[in-house]
Amino acid sequence: MSQQRRKVFISGNEATAEGGIAGGCRHFFGYPITPQNKIPEYMAEELPKIGGVYLQAESEVAAINMVYGAASAGARVMTTSSSPGIALMQEGLSYCLGSELPCVLVNMVRGGPGLGNIGPAQSDYWLATRGCGHGDGRCITLTPYSVQELHDFTAGAFEIADRYRNPVMVLADAILASMMEPCELIPRRDLPAPDRPWAVGPHDPDQRERNIVNSLWVEFDVMEAVSQRLEERYRQAAEEITDWDEFGSDEPQVMICAYGISARICESAVMQANDELGIRTRLIRPKTVFPFPTEPIRSWAERVDAALVVELSMGQFVEDVRLAVEGRCPVDLLGRAGGNVPTVGDVVEKIREAALRAGVARV
Amino acid sequence: MAEAKLINPYPKGLTEVEMRYCPGCTHGTAHRLVAEVLEELDIIDRTVAIATVGCSVYAYEYFNTDAVQAAHGRGPAVATGIKRVQPETVVFSYQGDGDLASIGMAEVVHAAARSENITIIFINNAVFGMTQGQMAPTTLLGQKTTTSPQGRTVEAAGYPIRICEMLATLPGASFLAREALTTPARIRSSKRSIRRAFETQLAGAGFALVELLSICPTWWRMDPLEAIRHVEEKMIDYYPLEVFRDRLAEEDEGGDTNA
Amino acid sequence: MREELFMAGLGGQGVNLAGQLIARAGMDIGLNVSWFPIYSPEVRGGYSTCTIVLTDGRVGSPTSEHPTSMILMDPTAVENFAAPLVRGGLMVVNSSLVPERPEGDFRVLMVPANDIAAEIGNERTVNMALIGAWAAGTGLMDVEDVAGSLRAMLPERHHRHMPDNENALKRGAEIGETARL
Repeated sequence: MSQQRRKVFISGNEATAEGGIAGGCRHFFGYPITPQNKIPEYMAEELPKIGGVYLQAESEVAAINMVYGAASAGARVMTTSSSPGIALMQEGLSYCLGSELPCVLVNMVRGGPGLGNIGPAQSDYWLATRGCGHGDGRCITLTPYSVQELHDFTAGAFEIADRYRNPVMVLADAILASMMEPCELIPRRDLPAPDRPWAVGPHDPDQRERNIVNSLWVEFDVMEAVSQRLEERYRQAAEEITDWDEFGSDEPQVMICAYGISARICESAVMQANDELGIRTRLIRPKTVFPFPTEPIRSWAERVDAALVVELSMGQFVEDVRLAVEGRCPVDLLGRAGGNVPTVGDVVEKIREAALRAGVARV
Repeated sequence: MAEAKLINPYPKGLTEVEMRYCPGCTHGTAHRLVAEVLEELDIIDRTVAIATVGCSVYAYEYFNTDAVQAAHGRGPAVATGIKRVQPETVVFSYQGDGDLASIGMAEVVHAAARSENITIIFINNAVFGMTQGQMAPTTLLGQKTTTSPQGRTVEAAGYPIRICEMLATLPGASFLAREALTTPARIRSSKRSIRRAFETQLAGAGFALVELLSICPTWWRMDPLEAIRHVEEKMIDYYPLEVFRDRLAEEDEGGDTNA
Repeated sequence: MREELFMAGLGGQGVNLAGQLIARAGMDIGLNVSWFPIYSPEVRGGYSTCTIVLTDGRVGSPTSEHPTSMILMDPTAVENFAAPLVRGGLMVVNSSLVPERPEGDFRVLMVPANDIAAEIGNERTVNMALIGAWAAGTGLMDVEDVAGSLRAMLPERHHRHMPDNENALKRGAEIGETARL
């Protein structure tokens, strides 16, 4: 397929939208919110050309429930939004989880809480990995760090959603949304209709029973069985799709953990630390944060002297890192918030401090 | 000996699951009317029912169709999602007054504004039943509920909402009627409107809603006959029974569509 | 090689489009690139800034702490954003609007971009003169390559402006050549 890809120079928002189309999405429901408006605009332009449906919902609440309806009817469907809008979608998302409906959400995270601002942030980490509405359900969460990955991950999210009958969230931020980079586009093609024997719609009653999409289970044991089934899927997903990337020294003294745009900044910092400071540093970059790449982080934690987490929040992702490290090495945090982004120099300085404290670097 | 003939058989549009409604409740009547219409129009196998949150939350067990259970108030949005994926599917959302007129007001108004090609059965019994008798947006002035124990006042809670009249301001609403499930004649009239609401969808004519004035003997704290009298004497006064819009008929007559 | 270019100008001066063109041209000659519009709360009045990274290695951070070159389109840009430029970096200044030559430990190209555009008779070519000067001043790409990328980016209906754009790119490049001496 790669030789058929066309290389273009586009924004993260556009790459996301085109990724949705490449992943087979033909139904999009959304509500405008900065910084992701280019996605619904792109879908409004493109979907009608290929027999799809774009619909601007009256609210994010309605949008996620339209997604719920479309997914019930067996469609590959997506919505995109940004932090406050994703917060509004939480109940509907919980229904999607409870009714075991595959669908794809993209969150171009912005500053918060409250109305916050439209600057880049990673402060919806808990919302994505712990939230997704009330109850015992989790969103499979993918964390791209480039325009190319926004495209590829969004396209791939549909298959993952189908495989586990679970919503998948692509978690990015305002920088990735607006920045432009080269991107090799997956060619559009008509994918075979997904096999969804559970979907509602016209049918021959001699061929199947009534299909009911539902998340109401009044009997405790039945409800618990649903939760156990979901949990088993998450365990399976952890085995099958946990993904991460590593970059830098093979014999690191310092491990950096970062995802998304923070990992981009850390890549530059790792190069500087290794080449200019002589502090052997390695970046572990989760591409999925639920399921979380616990094993590689734990295994490097055994071998390094210090770990540094860089994220655009006051400390959310760092908790998962600490759970993975389990005290094997000290874990420091460089957290910025409110739309602010650490510079490469900030990260390098933190690497130096961490190395000093661990006694592996001289002043 | 003459052969007995069953003139009113159990409708195919209903399952045989025993309904959980209270004695005297008119949900059962409304379900049956919808089920009969689905059967008469021969659309049971291509209909998706949407059960919402309220006493009718189990509607997916009662209607003999495919079904989706929706979050509180979101029936019209869920119906929209299904209909936009499967235009050939008949989609109806069955909602109470708390679901539709309170938490779900935005969804029903915008579905009507878009003239979404769906049908809505709106049960107005002026009270929250499932949560045990609280005030609804359609609770009449003076009506006592568990959250308006002295009776609803304008000062505390404003005025009851007339959904049909409000939606009639929207050109996208193609069929709007208010009926009452009280007397045999009114129940027959209700069925005509329900049928019309589905015919409107089948004709691709757009948004259709039937409001059914219903009784809640349990939370009105009345016996069923008293409750029926309450509808006849009080509710119809505030909620007049009327076909507010029938675009199919207007088109037949070639007349003004009000749009 | 790694070039971090910072651009700033008033909204309407076409900063972002000019930055996208440079990044796109970088991609077309085989470099790894990124273009990132920066939020500038410190300057009011519809101000646009962007950062372009061009490298034969990993792009890494799309932001830049110490740009290696700058294109500054008006006095506010020089006043607010010039400081982080690396020592020995290249500063391309629109001298039609910034008459005073910025002084410092960097190379300066004074490009009378508005005047060049006026002489060409096409106000939309201001950016092209600046880009031409930057391309020649850094030696990173030929203006013919930039023109080729511009043609690919522009919708067909704007191709009639190509001769003017090419002209402005060349005029800018002539000034840019002087910085490489």
